[in-house]
Amino acid sequence: MNAKAPSLAESTILFHNVTYSVNGNAAHPIIDSIVLGIHAGETLVLLGRSGSGKTTLLKLINRLLLPQSGQVLVQGRATSEWDAIRLRRGIGYVIQEGGLFPHFTVAQNIALVPTLEKWEPARIAKRVEELLSLVGLNPSEFATRHPNELSGGQRQRVGVARALAADPPILLMDEPFGALDPVTRAEIQREFSNLARRLGKTIVFVTHDLREAMLLASRIILLQAGRIVASAKPREFLHIDHPEVKAFATSLDPIPGATA
Amino acid sequence: MTPWQFFVGHQVEILEATASHLTLVLISMAIAIAIALPLGMLIVQRPTLRNISLGIASVFQTIPSLALFGFLIPIPIIGGIGRRTAIVALVHYAILPILRNTYVGLTGIDPAVLQAAEAMGMTDTQILWRVRLPLALPVILAGIRTATVITIGVATIAAAIGAGGLGTFIFRGVAMVSDAVILAGAIPAALLAILADVLLARLERRLKVA
Repeated sequence: MNAKAPSLAESTILFHNVTYSVNGNAAHPIIDSIVLGIHAGETLVLLGRSGSGKTTLLKLINRLLLPQSGQVLVQGRATSEWDAIRLRRGIGYVIQEGGLFPHFTVAQNIALVPTLEKWEPARIAKRVEELLSLVGLNPSEFATRHPNELSGGQRQRVGVARALAADPPILLMDEPFGALDPVTRAEIQREFSNLARRLGKTIVFVTHDLREAMLLASRIILLQAGRIVASAKPREFLHIDHPEVKAFATSLDPIPGATA
Repeated sequence: MTPWQFFVGHQVEILEATASHLTLVLISMAIAIAIALPLGMLIVQRPTLRNISLGIASVFQTIPSLALFGFLIPIPIIGGIGRRTAIVALVHYAILPILRNTYVGLTGIDPAVLQAAEAMGMTDTQILWRVRLPLALPVILAGIRTATVITIGVATIAAAIGAGGLGTFIFRGVAMVSDAVILAGAIPAALLAILADVLLARLERRLKVA
């Protein structure tokens, strides 16, 4: 399964036989003996139904969770050995609805990690402007707004800008576009796909939307009940002979009534 | 004698009583905030302490104020006749609204916001001061407003144990069967309560960003 990936030892993020369960419920682990190497610069999409463990897998990377057994290595060091604060400041994180601070302006939200890292104010201001332009928002128009003055799509753009602020090598995204209307979602997906290619960051992206996975991924990992059941490049993914892959493929069926 | 004549004739006395009433309220509120705010922050992470402190504060809230003053009179140090006893009782009544709102405000924050804060590498202290407290502030202030209005009201009864304030006129007026004297205490007390409510509500609205 991992034959095509570079050797595990070179991975930026490495899951080494990781098991995670809640409240010691070892009989039904949420994450079950995962072995997975994520190498620098790839966009890895974790695909799966609700409850398949994809968000849990993501949280194990920035130590929001620690595994019961096995190790998660980030840049060669186990997350249990990392100082949680240092580790997280080097990993961007985007969630559904953005998770923006409602009492901060857009600029303050984006400046969060640079502020915590005590950058010079002038450098922060410059960086905020740069990032707003990068995510397609006019700095003079948006910097001083509050999140409640933004549309869902704009909030999500700010969320991406905030995650990129301190230029972290790794970006974790948990269904970031899940709450958007389909038209805005398609727009922002296309833009983000271009952005991801330019940035060259290691991106781990969680979704239950196969279409989104096909568009963004350099590699798709399919999770089912806490286990990896398929791993392939988007082009090859649909040819995998596995019932869960077929179940997801069915979700791509054409729009009813739209057949020629 | 009309109420108006009494008002004009006793201006200075009424103003002094208002000032003494206000002092009583301010001292009690300062003490109540100093106790309830840190306690409210503390019980976010401690369920046992939370149940105990909210339970005790709720019980105190149900004791009729005149009865609480009565209970306090025979107790040494904090009890007796006078302002000190009154302040002890007023603090008791003010604690619950502030404590409850501090707890509710700090815990009622969108979990996505807190998770983002944690995932961005904020420490627990930074999350408390830069995220939780600012977002909880309007709710905490609403608790302080409720407590202030209650305290202004209950403080009139404190006159019964010799604590002074506007209640002095009310009790004297009742004894003298004089509406004018009763109103000389009741009207300023009502105005104080309304004014405090309006001003604190305005402050609350200004702090509400989200």
